[in-house]
Amino acid sequence: MVGLITDPTRRQNVNTAKEETNREDMNTAEMHACCDTPKSAPPILTVQNLSIYYGQHPAVKNVTMNIPPQCVTAIIGPSGCGKSTLLRSMNRMNDFIPGVRVEGSIQFNNKNIFSSKTDPVALRRSIGMVFQKPNPFPKSIYKNVAWGAAINGYKGDMNHLVETSLKQAAIWDEVKDKLHQSALALSGGQQQRLCIARAIALQPGILLMDEPCSALDPIATARIEDLIDELKSRYTVILVTHNMQQAARTSDFTAFMYMGELIELDDTNILFTKPSNQRTQDYITGRFG
Amino acid sequence: MMRENTISTEYRDASDSNPDAMYNPRLDRRRFIGKIFAVFCACVTGIGVAVLAALLYRIFDEGWIYISTNFLTKFPSMLMPETSGVKSALYGTLWLVSITAIVSIPVGIGAAIYLEEFAPKNRLSRFIHTNIANLAGVPSIVYGILGLAMFVRWSNLGRSVLAGSLTLSLLILPVIIIASREALLGVPKTIRLAAFALGATRWQTVRAHVVPAALPGIITGIILALSRAIGEAAPLVMIGALSYVAFVPDGPMDEFMALPIQIYTWCDQPDPIFQHLAAAAIIVLLAVLLSMNAVAVALRAWQQRKSPW
Ligand SMILES: Nc1ncnc2c1ncn2[C@@H]1O[C@H](COP(=O)(O)OP(=O)(O)OP(=O)(O)O)[C@@H](O)[C@H]1O
Ligand SMILES: [Mg+2]
Repeated sequence: MVGLITDPTRRQNVNTAKEETNREDMNTAEMHACCDTPKSAPPILTVQNLSIYYGQHPAVKNVTMNIPPQCVTAIIGPSGCGKSTLLRSMNRMNDFIPGVRVEGSIQFNNKNIFSSKTDPVALRRSIGMVFQKPNPFPKSIYKNVAWGAAINGYKGDMNHLVETSLKQAAIWDEVKDKLHQSALALSGGQQQRLCIARAIALQPGILLMDEPCSALDPIATARIEDLIDELKSRYTVILVTHNMQQAARTSDFTAFMYMGELIELDDTNILFTKPSNQRTQDYITGRFG
Repeated sequence: MMRENTISTEYRDASDSNPDAMYNPRLDRRRFIGKIFAVFCACVTGIGVAVLAALLYRIFDEGWIYISTNFLTKFPSMLMPETSGVKSALYGTLWLVSITAIVSIPVGIGAAIYLEEFAPKNRLSRFIHTNIANLAGVPSIVYGILGLAMFVRWSNLGRSVLAGSLTLSLLILPVIIIASREALLGVPKTIRLAAFALGATRWQTVRAHVVPAALPGIITGIILALSRAIGEAAPLVMIGALSYVAFVPDGPMDEFMALPIQIYTWCDQPDPIFQHLAAAAIIVLLAVLLSMNAVAVALRAWQQRKSPW
């Protein structure tokens, strides 16, 4: 319990067994139906009345939602409904888009991430991001993974960190003999898994993924879905996807967005079987969108 | 609706019997046009290479026999052209180019990085950018006048190597800034976002990924700029570089001469032997230029290898 609640971002080293014991302890508490997180666990992210504007155009309207820790939360919805905008705001990557204005708040570690006291640089170390298109640095595979940890002052054994990260991202076997070759020589799916390895080398509390599989073939997609499933034992994953099967398969919670509004957020099983809102029903049965 | 229907029926009928009948690819014609274009491009390239080759041939034909260690270690002499050398001009040029590089490279790259990566994109920065572009087109003699007023007179540097180098730095700064900015602009935005998403600061992002990715372009810009500086005579004459000296500068405050000035004065002499000396001096100038480029290439390779991440 302790490791979970005190500071979810600075969790113990990946390879300590402590994590496992923690998770054993939790069995006594009341659990979510879908993942091994107790219902009493406070949300890791609290989005409150969040509206995001591009100039005058509202892309996200008054969204309020809680993201439970160590679960996979999927965000689905038709194209242009504001999923990426919402996701980007969670680690302040919206800062790089000119003309963006944010109202409302997102609480992380009891702090509003939009307040001027929050350092976005530090925030992004705790809330990592994987982009839709793989974007490795034009450097070696090793450097891609090591750089983020290096600039954030990683004190452990770098070689070991690179290896564990690549293993967690299920790409180690494919690259272990060419760690010092250019990352650009990898296939698209391998590059995407490398980008995931790069993100988890920082051991972030939360991993934001914006359609991470959209450029991938079914096999690579399946591997990344397995990976997401494994990741949630250590990280909180927020996943934007267009693929409803993917949301159903991999997520514990699903949020449905429509025209910038959050229509419904529920257990994935419930949302896909008995949605409480008509528009969700229409969307998941393919009647629009 | 009607028309669409008829068209699609026609199409189906025709394609049922023979789909090829629907197309007239005129492959021969297209290939011919392609060939003409290729030949045209080859000709244009050929002209450029031929002019360069003719130039080099003439220079080496006239000057090569005068190239010797003597030529590099003797001072110029009007009375004994046979034993003349370019020592003072070569040293002057090496001094000039070194100080110019030391001054203009950090300032130029720094300005480009600031304008492209840090400065807010507003009217003022656009105004500055346009003006830098305009400055690159100002004739070099104007920089000579500026250098004379600013460095030689006002800053009291006299007709020193330093005054000459600062003048040349002013001259090439716009080129370096524009080339570096262009190179930075060419680095994909996704690279920056990737670094920011790992919790990098702007400086770390720029230092580790943006500048290294832009470095080939930046180095090309620097080479072009320094090549321009090394070949300039007009602004140096303007600020009062000497045209005939029998000593080498000992420090940045000494008076100097430079290879382009030496070449110019020799070309001006009636005795044909001086034409040969000028050609030889041009060969020396080219050699300096090539070794400068080699250093730049080596620097680039070194920078790519050294960092562990
Ligand atoms: N950089 C931008 N500038 C202006 N408007 C933008 C920008 N990015 C997105 N928008 C607008 O904001 C709205 C939401 O965009 P967003 O990218 O969040 O949608 P999305 O749900 O991720 O869509 P998709 O599923 O197609 O990726 C859209 O109407 C879009 O036109
Ligand atoms: Mg999107």
